[in-house]
Amino acid sequence: MNILTYLIPISLVLGGAGLAFFVFTIRSNQYDDPEGDARRILSGEYDDHPKP
Amino acid sequence: MTATLRSPVSACPACSAAPSAEALAAAQEPIKAHIVLSLPTIHCAACMAAVERALNAAPGVRSARVNLTMKRVSIEADADVTAADVIPLVTGAGYEAHELDTTALAATQTDRAGRELLMRLAVAGFASMNVMLLSIAVWSGAEGATRDLFHWISAAIVLPAVAFSAQPFFRNAWTALRAGALNMDVPISLAILLALATSLWETSLSGEHAYFDAAIALTFFLLTGRYLDHRTRSVARSAAEELAALEVPRAWRLTDDGEEKVSVSELAVGDLLRVRPGSRMPVDGVITEGTSELDRSLLTGETLPIFAEPGREVSAGEVNLTGPLLIRATAVGRDTSLHRMADLVAVAESGRSRYTSLADKAAKLYAPGVHILSALAFIGWYMYSGDLRVAVNIAAAVLIITCPCALGLAVPAVTTAASGRLFKRGLLIKDATALERLAQVDTVVFDKTGTLTAGAPELTNLDDFTRRDLEIAMALAMGSSHPLSQSLSAAARAAGITPAPVTAITEVPGYGAQGDWNGQMVRLGRASWVGGSAGEMTSAWLRVGDGPAQAFTFTDRLRDGAEEAVRGLQEAGKTVILMSGDTTAAVEALAKRLGIAQWLAEALPQDKAGRIDALTRDGAKVLMVGDGLNDTAALTAAHASISPASALDAARVASDIVLLGNSLAPIPEATRTAQNATRRIRENFTIASWYNVIAVPLAVAGLCSPLIAALAMSASSITVSLNALRLR
Repeated sequence: MNILTYLIPISLVLGGAGLAFFVFTIRSNQYDDPEGDARRILSGEYDDHPKP
Repeated sequence: MTATLRSPVSACPACSAAPSAEALAAAQEPIKAHIVLSLPTIHCAACMAAVERALNAAPGVRSARVNLTMKRVSIEADADVTAADVIPLVTGAGYEAHELDTTALAATQTDRAGRELLMRLAVAGFASMNVMLLSIAVWSGAEGATRDLFHWISAAIVLPAVAFSAQPFFRNAWTALRAGALNMDVPISLAILLALATSLWETSLSGEHAYFDAAIALTFFLLTGRYLDHRTRSVARSAAEELAALEVPRAWRLTDDGEEKVSVSELAVGDLLRVRPGSRMPVDGVITEGTSELDRSLLTGETLPIFAEPGREVSAGEVNLTGPLLIRATAVGRDTSLHRMADLVAVAESGRSRYTSLADKAAKLYAPGVHILSALAFIGWYMYSGDLRVAVNIAAAVLIITCPCALGLAVPAVTTAASGRLFKRGLLIKDATALERLAQVDTVVFDKTGTLTAGAPELTNLDDFTRRDLEIAMALAMGSSHPLSQSLSAAARAAGITPAPVTAITEVPGYGAQGDWNGQMVRLGRASWVGGSAGEMTSAWLRVGDGPAQAFTFTDRLRDGAEEAVRGLQEAGKTVILMSGDTTAAVEALAKRLGIAQWLAEALPQDKAGRIDALTRDGAKVLMVGDGLNDTAALTAAHASISPASALDAARVASDIVLLGNSLAPIPEATRTAQNATRRIRENFTIASWYNVIAVPLAVAGLCSPLIAALAMSASSITVSLNALRLR
């Protein structure tokens, strides 16, 4: 059962990290143009210098 | 459009050496223009790249970013760059572009409410994932101290997560309770709180069952429903705002030192304004100089332009056709007749909230039922076992398992699917209950001018004229921007006519055009000016020398898809009625052409609304389709209403659904989709009820462990969402 002392904190930290990343994506307006973003990755145009 | 470098102007040499105040000010304030253009025709990665490349290459433009979802490009540029500078760049790249009024768009730039909901949804989602891990360990047999530990960790995750995520429900429930009412959020909040309280109590007594996972999963599912609902409406709202922002309102004001271009909001009563041919009256006023013709079709439904001369009153929204006019403003902004009408509509709108949606009806039945059931379970078990802990646990289980996961998702999932489908076809659902009301419609009332017809005239009697007359008429018509002239020259060109050599052509604003042909005076214009007799039909008169005046007659061109729409609706068994403010002859002709049996001509705005009220009293559910100010009352009176995007703002505000495209053809399909959507909503309610019929007895019997609750809850939510996706 000692394994639990590692596993539970690890799972909580990983979940927390996921949440933190999600909050970051919301705050940086990454859901404003889902359709455009889906198409942009198909174009080589932005490969060398990504758009802000 | 390049940034000009200003040379520092100052009196003393020291000041010139030091950075001038001007330059300092310029350096401090960001000299930036924010321009937003609507790009209705972009659709792919290549389009985005082409537009961005064209704009970024231009001097003065700092950055340009296309938003494909909203079909817009936002441009950051130097302060002296205007929309007029950048639009040619985009059209040069091969795409249509229209300026959008950034102040009108401000509200949609960041969708605060949506972002907040998404954040809560994310917290609930991540918390429920973690808690599920722990719960699965408990369900698969964790015992004793391990189980207690897991329950405590669950509590530590769930309590703050629910406190943050479930706030929208708590807030709504509290406002409802304070007003002495019950809504869907009351049982939701009560279930979440009761589940948490009993779980904490159980955990502290190291009991076997805890419903932490159920509480957070419930929050997650319900927030999903809320978010879907919000998304649907925010798409509609932003599109509606874009329609309003397309008309950047500007006016030309005459001042002592010439003319200046000002925004309409800056105008005051008494200002002298110049209204050029082709533009809309920005204010109510009196004509002080100039003659012209006014197109009032959006306001009154008349197709024939009316004559305008000094002393005549004009209202905001009328279109000046032929000559420049000077008008003195008598009412501006919110006081104009146009706005007063729109305000009246807003008042009438509140009356429409009488309609209760299916979801509200379900909630009215559901909320008290659940509470009574759970209270009965509590009393029954307490009397039977005498154990308060058992009784509270079972009452909580009943509340959780009946809790409206499926009900909360049933409506939003379906309306999101349906609105998305209709949006792709060019129909914008503005109102939450519009789909349900549209599904009930059995009578459709169309307005004529601007709705069934495009509002542009079409020549009907080309063959009555000799080639010589047509050549002369074409020569006279070609130079004019009057709609009849344009239609005439277009028809003549299509028939292969070349203009006759008419010289000295002058346009007499408000009357017509005249010129010289082989020494004879030729005139094309109004009946009174040319010497004809005004008839019922829309007509322009031609007179060659001393010959008799002849009339070119016109009829309105049908809007795209008008025939399909009328036929489709009639085939679907709906009664189609035509109502118009136009003359009897014109309305009768159109009704015959489209095969509409019932029609009403020369109807005043109140006639239209009155007729719709009468139909409603007879038990009909009326759908009104109209675009003018004279239709707004009727649009509000009807059970459901549609207006085309070309309609006046007031009419668009009044209607539930806006037709974004030019064609009327999607209307029959919209009613079909609405009926399908309502059917799906009802099916979803049935699914949710069946689930309750099976699960509730289990809960009341005390057989509902957290595992069964979690399974049942997820199963019902997923079935309901999948059923919504079937909407095709």
